Amino acid sequence: MPTLELRDVVGGYGDTQILHGVSITVDPGEIVVIIGPNGAGKSTAIKAVFGLLKLTGGQVFLDGEDITNMPPEQVVRHGVCYVPQTANIFPSLSVEENLEMGAFVRDDDFTPRLNEIYDLFPPLKEKRRQTAGTLSGGQRQMVAMGKALMLEPRILLLDEPTAGLSPKFRGEIFSIVKTVHAAGIPILMVEQNAKQALKIADRGYVLVDGRNKFTGTGRELLDDPDVASMFLGGEAKDRAGDGTA
Amino acid sequence: MTDLINFYLIPGLVLGSIYALGAIGLTLTFGILRFANFAHGETMTLGAYFAWSLVQLTGWHPIAVLPVAMGLTVLVVLGIDRGFYKPFRASPTIMLVIASFGMMLMVRSVVQFIWGVQVKAMVPGIQMPLVLFDWLRISPKHIMIIAAALVLMFSVHYLLTYTRIGKAMRAMSDSPELARLTGIDTEAVIRATWIIGAALAAAAGVLLALDTHVQTMMGFKLLLPVFAATILGGIGRPYGAVAGGLVIGLAEELSSYPWIGTEPLLNPGYKAGVAFAIMVAMLIWRPSGLFRGKVY
Repeated sequence: MPTLELRDVVGGYGDTQILHGVSITVDPGEIVVIIGPNGAGKSTAIKAVFGLLKLTGGQVFLDGEDITNMPPEQVVRHGVCYVPQTANIFPSLSVEENLEMGAFVRDDDFTPRLNEIYDLFPPLKEKRRQTAGTLSGGQRQMVAMGKALMLEPRILLLDEPTAGLSPKFRGEIFSIVKTVHAAGIPILMVEQNAKQALKIADRGYVLVDGRNKFTGTGRELLDDPDVASMFLGGEAKDRAGDGTA
Repeated sequence: MTDLINFYLIPGLVLGSIYALGAIGLTLTFGILRFANFAHGETMTLGAYFAWSLVQLTGWHPIAVLPVAMGLTVLVVLGIDRGFYKPFRASPTIMLVIASFGMMLMVRSVVQFIWGVQVKAMVPGIQMPLVLFDWLRISPKHIMIIAAALVLMFSVHYLLTYTRIGKAMRAMSDSPELARLTGIDTEAVIRATWIIGAALAAAAGVLLALDTHVQTMMGFKLLLPVFAATILGGIGRPYGAVAGGLVIGLAEELSSYPWIGTEPLLNPGYKAGVAFAIMVAMLIWRPSGLFRGKVY
């Protein structure tokens, strides 16, 4: 059974329909990447899982359970963690307080988990008392992901984790994603930097105009001449419009 | 010099502590619920009247009945939130501001209806100040006010720094949207905010009444300096509110000290104008306040 399944999802914000029937599955232990041009509905597809937009058609399943249109605070309790593209940490709280907030819905003692996160991201342990807002971009992403991982989620949703970061940090983020994945957590990620993302992905989906366009393993999509000419070659152009989509 | 301390500095600190208590609640609701709560002044009034009634009923000292008065005020404010503000949770800020303005008028009218409009004394009679070291004159009620304010401020500091709900309040003040995505129980945070805000406002009202007297317009008169303290400290910044409250309180009192010559620098009648001037100046030159709060 897939960990997460979007089946023919249709929806948008208000009267604007953005998704016209998107299907995505994430199997246990996979990294799945969604790529596509700006405005294709990549981020919207992730938000659809998290109950952040009204779905008018299709269904979302988490381990076989129907979570379609469940409000975000409930989705979190079901073990889905979402790291938004921007404003994904509490800047005035310390690193450790951010991680504690990530564990807000847990009623048990989360100290062991906290230590696991520090082992996963050693720089955070060093800066545990520092105000999160003063960290570098890469370290902020560590806090954002560490915060999400506090729940030991069944799946992690990442919305353009490298948006607005320099190439050096981008590599750092991708290695963080691999680290998280190595810890056994399936990941569904939207990425602007398609080439790099597909390299670490088990599978990828190319969305265009709110519909599935291509699907395949990361390797297949990288080698596909159509995908390459449409999205991978056009990456430089794409990057100029970073942060939209 | 002794005049400066006895008649300006100490009253300034007393007034500042009261403003600070009011401003903490205002800044928390501003930061977490995202609206300027005009009814906050009436919450202070309500606390003072509850305390006055309790004093009449029990014959105890106002400080002794303070916790009960705070508790009663909290209950009323939670009821108001449930009935009036909760339906507006997803509405634009301006609707909440207007709703709170209406609430201010309603609460004041209810207070006037129940307790009447006459000025009342919290503690009858005049207290003699203590004289320390032959020159320092400080009245026992001023010591009590400052001590009570300090205890309350440290309690809030502890709550915000060390408790789960306190940290969640700071988190929600940073970003309500992320708080929701993180699974923070936002309704519980809102409840905690009203509880703390109302308790401190009630305390501010009781302490002011202890220093002066009980009257139905007292909360409204406190509203301007408390808003000034909130903006001076930075919106959403409780420590800023404390600093802002003390600065406004001291500035109001010290402005009428005869710094130059023998006349007061500023006629004491213009004290309220000092708070207003500071607020306007901050809004023009540094709207984020001393502690880098939010700017709307």
